[in-house]
Order: sequence, then C-alpha cells, then structure tokens
Amino acid sequence: MSRLGDTFAACRAAGRPALVVYLTFGDPTPALSIDVIAAAIDAGADVIELGVPFSDPSADGAVIQAAMQRALGAGAGLPGALAAVRTLRDRGVAAPIVLFGYYNPPFVHGVERFAADAATAGVDAVLTVDLPIEELDELRVPLAAHGVEVVPLLAPTSTPDRIARVRAIAPPFVYYISLTGVTGAALAGSHVDADRVAAVRDGAGAPVAVGFGIKTPDDARAVGAIADGVVVGSAVVARIGDGDAAGAPARVAELVRALRAAL
Amino acid sequence: MSEPSLAGDPVIAGPEPAPGGRFGRFGGQYVAETLMPAITELEAAWRAARVDPGFLAELGALLRDYVGRPSRLTLAARLSAEVGARVYLKREDLNHTGAHKINNCLGQALLARRMGKRRLIAETGAGQHGVATATVAALFGMPCQVYMGAEDVARQALNVFRMRLLGAEVIAVESGSRTLKDAMNEAMRAWVTHVDDTFYLIGSVAGPHPYPWMVRELQSVIGREARAQIVAAEGRLPDALVACVGGGSNAAGLFAPFVDDAAVAMIGVEAAGDGVATGRHAATLGAGRVGVLHGSKSYVLTGADGAATGQIAEAHSISAGLDYPGVGPEHAFWKDSGRVRYVARTDADALAALQRLARAEGILCALETAHAVAALDEVAAQVGRDGLIVVGLSGRGDKDMVSVAKALGVAL
Repeated sequence: MSRLGDTFAACRAAGRPALVVYLTFGDPTPALSIDVIAAAIDAGADVIELGVPFSDPSADGAVIQAAMQRALGAGAGLPGALAAVRTLRDRGVAAPIVLFGYYNPPFVHGVERFAADAATAGVDAVLTVDLPIEELDELRVPLAAHGVEVVPLLAPTSTPDRIARVRAIAPPFVYYISLTGVTGAALAGSHVDADRVAAVRDGAGAPVAVGFGIKTPDDARAVGAIADGVVVGSAVVARIGDGDAAGAPARVAELVRALRAAL
Repeated sequence: MSEPSLAGDPVIAGPEPAPGGRFGRFGGQYVAETLMPAITELEAAWRAARVDPGFLAELGALLRDYVGRPSRLTLAARLSAEVGARVYLKREDLNHTGAHKINNCLGQALLARRMGKRRLIAETGAGQHGVATATVAALFGMPCQVYMGAEDVARQALNVFRMRLLGAEVIAVESGSRTLKDAMNEAMRAWVTHVDDTFYLIGSVAGPHPYPWMVRELQSVIGREARAQIVAAEGRLPDALVACVGGGSNAAGLFAPFVDDAAVAMIGVEAAGDGVATGRHAATLGAGRVGVLHGSKSYVLTGADGAATGQIAEAHSISAGLDYPGVGPEHAFWKDSGRVRYVARTDADALAALQRLARAEGILCALETAHAVAALDEVAAQVGRDGLIVVGLSGRGDKDMVSVAKALGVAL
C-alpha cells in the first residue's frame, strides 16, 4: 500500500479520521512556507495538501486567492513547490504530501517531466482541480508510471455513475467537496450528510476526506465523525496572513493542534 | 429581395467537435468536478435545442424582429478603391446593442429558459457582452449579474452605466489583474456556488465544451447570411474573409460556414498591442503556447520558465474586447491545420484603421473591429483588384470614443 493508503489505514486503526491540512506553497515566502508545513506536521497534520500557486485560481475563495497572490509576489511557482517537497524530505519529514493545484503549470512544465520531478521530490499524489475524471488520464498515466498517485475530487453534484468511475483508478483517497462553492465558503458542519459520505465511500471504493468550509475544531469533530479524513484549508491559511510573517509557523501550529485534539 | 431565412433552420454550420469537445488536440472540459454535471446537462439541452423547430423558430423570430437581422452586407466602394480589392462589410454593427454579441446571448438565454434556470451570469471585458447579456435578461425578465474586472469598470464607465440601466448588477472584480480573465474566474466561482439555478452565459467561443461549439453555431448566422448575400451580390464566393480575434466568436461565426470552401482564404487578426516584440500584446495564437485556461486547452499567454511556468500572463490591447490571454480552441485547431492564417495588428494600426474607415465609408467601427480593417491592405495585395473580401464588421465604435480621443490626445 502507498504511504497515503498506510496513513488512512493507520488513522482508521486508531479510531480517528485523518487530519489533512492545506497550505499554499510560497505563502508568505518560499522559505517560511517550508517552516509552516513542517510546523503543521509537527502539530499533528497527517497529510499535507500543498497548493501550487496559480495566477487564475477559479475554484478558490478570497482567502486562498490572497495566499496565492502573496506566494506569486514572493516568486513562488511550480518549480519551487517541487523543490520544497525535496527539502522537507531531506529534513526527514515523512508525512504524505499531495500537490494541489490547477493543470496549466504542470501542463506547461510538461506532464512527463512533471511526473518524473514529482516522484524525485517525494510527492505522494497530485490533486488537480480542473482535471475531472474525463480529462484526468493525461496526467494520471504519466504520474502512475513514476509511482505517484492522483486524488480525485467529488462534489455534491457528482452522480452515482461519476462516483463509480473513480473506483477504476483506485485512488488512495477521494476529496469530497462538502458544498457547491469555492474554498473557504461557510459551512454548518451538521449539514454534511452521513449517508452521502457513505455513498461516496462505497461508490468510489476509497477513504473519503471531506473539505470546504471546515473552520473550527467543532466543525472538524462533526465532520470527522462521519468521514475518513477532514480537510482544513482556508482557516489555516488565514492564520498565515493574520500577523507578522515570522510568527506564521507558530500561529498555524496552534490551530492544527486544536483541530487534531478535536478528532 | 431574397434574404436568407433563419427561422426553422437547424443551427448547424460546421462540424461537431469530437467526443469530449475536441477540436484536434484542443478543447475539452477542464473544469472542477462540481461543474461537470451542469456542463453535461447543458450539452444535452443544446443538442436537443439546435434541431428543435420550436427553439429555432423562436430564435429566428427574435433575431429578425428584435436584433434586426439579417445584418446588411455593404459594398465599401471608396475603401475598395483605396486598398485595391472589392471589399464588403458584414454589418454586425447595425444589430441591436451594436455588435455581434447579441446573436449568441439570445440563443443561450432561450436555452437557459428551456432548462428552467432562474438567473443569468456573464463575464465581460469591454462591456459589449455584458450589455448584450443584460439586454436579453431584461427581455426575458431574468435577474442578471455581470462580472467585470475593476480595471475595465473604470475604463468602460459608459457600458457599466448601460448595464445598470438595463437592470443588471455589475460586480467589479478586484482579484488578479482586474481584467477580463479575472472576471471570468469570478463568474466561474459564482457559477460553482449557484450551479443549480444559474446559467453561465459565456460570451465567446472559449470555456469548456459545449461552449466553444455552441457559441460558434449561434454566431454562424453571420457567415451563413454573408455567404448567401455575397453570392446574391457577386454570383460567387469571396476570395478572403477577414475578422478580428480576441476569444474569437465573431471570427468563428463568419468563418465556420466557409471552412469547407478551400478557395476561400481566412485571416484572423489578433491584437498586437504595443507590438508583439514588446511583450505587451494579446496575440495569443501568434505568440502564445498551448496551455489550459478557463476550461479548455488552446493557445494561451503563459510563462514557461522558472517560477512563471504555467502562470497566465496579462494581455495588453487598446481594445478591451481583445484584451484576453486565451483564445477559442477551434481557432487553435484552425491555426495548426493551416486553414486560417492569423496575423496581428498594433494599437496604432487599429487607431489608424478606425479613422480610415470612418473617412472612407462614414462608419465608425469598434476598436476590436478596427484590427481587422487594419489587415485589409495586406489581404487586398493577395487577392488583387478583382478579388472579393468580406470583413466582419463586428461592432460599432460609440463605446470607444473616450478611449480613441484619449489615444489621439484629444480632450473631450
């Protein structure tokens, strides 16, 4: 089993959902964001979704748009994100890292070259917002040849046949977007439907991490009761911009510890 | 007088894209999972509507009685003498709202109503598509939100006012470069948030499948009319078609019905801004590379080295309607196949062409359109004095008078 599969299995064995933390590479600077990631893992994040900054993040809300603007302004991009993963591995960080982004950067980098570079860097999987299952193979196949997995997105609007198509690619987990909207939208945790999460798990044949709108430890606890993983993004990212840059790792760690304690 | 009839014709002007919305290696459906079911529903609704006599009769009647179609094909006698070829102008500037955009908006709004969608959203650059969308929203009594880059809101104050008078809500987009591409990002965010009841009325042959195909077919009324009109006037097909290309809807609409006529040359004219060599331009086909933006694979203006790898570059043009770093995927296919030749003209070329057309023919065209006019000398040299050229006169210039005056150093 892959490192991601092992992580979800270990969390399940421990009787808790996996805590998946989203961070944008390069926010507030490339060097500090590496410290932020390390701090999040030390504070209890089981999986890191590492956002690759993109100029046109059409599925992201205001908080992550701002993070990407900060990152791009600091000179961050895809090559830096790959190098950052390499640096973390060199420092002995073993937690699974999922590169999370839009398709144009890896496409322009060259998908074969991207797959090789991602594998060399120590990337476990890639989640590409604008590659639905219809278009996914053009990135999935080269990644698979280098032993890198893909994580599909599923949504409230996904039909049973679309969920079933995901099963064929045997993903380490699926990311279920809990509401139709952009990242960082408001969510009442109690509105995530346990039956729906179970249907996604059964249909896709993979653990389900639920995200979008989970902000507080209470939200995480409520969603964690019905999901295999809980994804927290905007609430963590908001901590980075919420004070001086040097204090970002400590502010992120504080929230991650609280989220983890709630699970 | 024999005028081409629209009512009842199926909207079939060119080949269907391959499954998944492919024009060769271009096109596709590069969107978030949340939108896929909506796009699938849209494609099914479009497939049914385009051959439904009821839909086509309703669209045909609106194009005739509301838009004023067919638009005229005007022989530009003095301009012809100047450039040295017989030049005809396909007068989309005479349409209600002053440009070709309304053709597409009426078709999509009728489709939205058939699908039971409650409200329309749209992106706009210059404001022409926003005005056309606001117009059809008023006509059908539907609420309408138009997303417009904050930079463009400032540049196009008159069109913002027009949209608001028409009852639309104009939302200034402050993110990114605050221009058309960012307006499209924000419209996609709004769509994904209200996907159940909202119809996204895309204004060009861009976006995910089925938009590039659907918009080309809805705009093909331009080329279908022009074909019948030039044959009626001259007894033969033209030697060349010329149209400006931003996203590329007016060019696609003019070209599509002629694609199989190998003897008809087609020239698409992009915006070279300050000059392609300066890097400040919108010549996506001429100087871009293949990438993925706003739901489809096509040529885009994108960085390719270091941290800029895959980041979308800002486009630059005096014409807000051409100021877009992407282009419709079928144009990318036509470029690679060689069926259409793409050239570029600068801001200065367009300003000169606008004044030339105004003085030669008494027609003040839009700055977008002026790019096509600016290519006429080159095309005329190819077809010769007896050669026939049809120019897509995509819009009128009233909206641009403030920009033109400023560029010419005139205080109004």
